[in-house]
Amino acid sequence: MAEFVPHPELPPPASSVGVIGWLRRNLFAGWLNSLLTVAALYLVVTALPPLLNWAFFSADFVGESRDACDSGGACWVFVNARFSTFMYGFYPAAQAWRVDLIFGTLLLLMSPLFFKGFRYKLQLGGFILFVYPWIAFGLMHGGLLGLPVVETAKWGGLSLTLLLAAVGCIAALPLGVLLALGRRSTNMPVVQTMCVVFIEFWRGVPLITVLFMSSVMLPLFLPEGVSFDKLLRALIGITLFQSAYMAEVVRGGLQAIPKGQYEAADALGLGYWRKMGLIVLPQALKIVIPGIVNTFIALFKDTTLVIIVGLLEILGMVQNALNDPNWLGFSTEGYVFTAFVFWIFCFSMSRYSQWLERKLHTGHKR
Amino acid sequence: MAETATAAQAPSQRSDEVMIELRGVHKWYDKFHVLRNINLTVTKGERIVVCGPSGSGKSTMIRCINRLEEHQQGQIIVDGTELTSDLKQIEHIRKEVGMVFQHFNLFPHITVLENCVLAPMWVRKMPRKEAEEIAMNYLGRVKIPDQARKYPGQLSGGQQQRVAIARSLCMNPRIMLFDEPTSALDPEMIKEVLDVMVELAESGMTMICVTHEMGFAKTVADRVIFMDRGEIIEQNEPHEFFNNPQNERTRLFLSQILNH
Ligand SMILES: Nc1ncnc2c1ncn2[C@@H]1O[C@H](COP(=O)(O)OP(=O)(O)OP(=O)(O)O)[C@@H](O)[C@H]1O
Ligand SMILES: [Mg+2]
Repeated sequence: MAEFVPHPELPPPASSVGVIGWLRRNLFAGWLNSLLTVAALYLVVTALPPLLNWAFFSADFVGESRDACDSGGACWVFVNARFSTFMYGFYPAAQAWRVDLIFGTLLLLMSPLFFKGFRYKLQLGGFILFVYPWIAFGLMHGGLLGLPVVETAKWGGLSLTLLLAAVGCIAALPLGVLLALGRRSTNMPVVQTMCVVFIEFWRGVPLITVLFMSSVMLPLFLPEGVSFDKLLRALIGITLFQSAYMAEVVRGGLQAIPKGQYEAADALGLGYWRKMGLIVLPQALKIVIPGIVNTFIALFKDTTLVIIVGLLEILGMVQNALNDPNWLGFSTEGYVFTAFVFWIFCFSMSRYSQWLERKLHTGHKR
Repeated sequence: MAETATAAQAPSQRSDEVMIELRGVHKWYDKFHVLRNINLTVTKGERIVVCGPSGSGKSTMIRCINRLEEHQQGQIIVDGTELTSDLKQIEHIRKEVGMVFQHFNLFPHITVLENCVLAPMWVRKMPRKEAEEIAMNYLGRVKIPDQARKYPGQLSGGQQQRVAIARSLCMNPRIMLFDEPTSALDPEMIKEVLDVMVELAESGMTMICVTHEMGFAKTVADRVIFMDRGEIIEQNEPHEFFNNPQNERTRLFLSQILNH
């Protein structure tokens, strides 16, 4: 009987591993791929140096006025000089620490949520979602603990952008979940119809008209002497608008949950709300994280539209500064800076969602 | 067929207390008449096997018992409570009735242990520590205590079905319903699930089991029920049922299922 000799273990051929292998597989696999690689390389080589030159090498960073900008590149002096209005709007400079405190505390509060071993995630999350907004509002608005009142009309800049986006996201998600559940509750036709009408109405109108109506039309319907805050009206408009989108995203997730999950929860006697809260929604929301974050990102960028009702978030403040006779002609720098700020936030959200998806992955279904 | 067929008939632990009663139950899906005049009385500790051709309404019948499906006519009384559209009563009955599904239906987003403690904690308001003790006990009885921290997706089919059984048992139900618990499993896993079910039957649990495992029926059933086209055609104790079927359709079904 022939003895079994195991085949010796061999290293993979040199051309399939290492730098060369990587290049060959990813950049030069076939003539089309090689052509595209070369074309892309050409674009990078021709476009990148002038761009870097404009933004960094021949740009001016320090100075007091436009006279400091004589190198021919970008004039970041403009952004520098107006930085605090871009961040805080017309919030009094002496009180700006309140805004810093609010967002700094928020970051501190959120950081334990990223650690695996932290045990009170649910409680902390609940605190951030339901309690902290009120504390933040109190601090921002003032009028208690001896803090001077700062009218909402003075809020602006990036802090207003973040406020609009945060309130929009925090309020739109639960509202959207409720609407999605309502739309799927076939055994309660009245609730279902109401949810369908609500969703279809808000999805059918552009956000800009919603904002416009909230500031121009709404006061016409309110009784004489009753007015409510412009910012609040914009917030309500944005929230209702986004909740309709959120509802449809969440509904997509609900539909992806197999019927057996509902049945198993029913058979255990969990009841409607526990079935939804403990079994169905955790799975459905996990599936639609990309969709939810997508909606959040869209919302974040849509906040710029509040400019038409006279609220100046970061883009509004930049445009406002561009009208300043001392700084005429620096719109490129202003818009590039704004785009960069938006990109930082949106990209972080996108990365966070990918991290969350990976973290929540618990193996195959069934 | 599983080996259980050769095991000795388990001792019956029946009493006269009625656990489930179906009286003249009819059900329709739209215009389709699925259940037609079902009458069935199950006493405490009784083990019933339901068989019949595909589409005959077996699943529908047992799903009516815990109101996963609604019946339109007749009465269903479970453990003294009649099933109506009253949500309180439905939830009360579901606490007392465990169900095991063909496709396990474990909750994939939480661990095996969490699957087991979820209902006791949220429905029975049991403290976590006690719920976990009970869960570990049942996971031990279905012989997978070492898998408690894993997610359902990391287990084999047979292991998942045993978890599903343990999950139901953690609610300490008085009745267990099984809907083809082994028909989604590979042959080598069927036995491990059937063994758990046999053990459960021996402990005196009231069980209704839809299955085509005739070996299981012969070993543990007190009564075998044959359904066809929404009706109970024949019912008898297993020996008589298999050796001396009265109805032509039963005979045909048995010849098909036993001689393949
Ligand atoms: N939700 C439903 N809507 C309409 N018809 C249905 C529905 N569920 C089941 N049916 C029909 O009712 C009949 C009985 O179905 P049921 O699932 O009770 O059969 P079964 O005896 O369990 O069959 P199987 O052995 O294939 O599981 C089938 O003809 C099926 O097509
Ligand atoms: Mg069935």
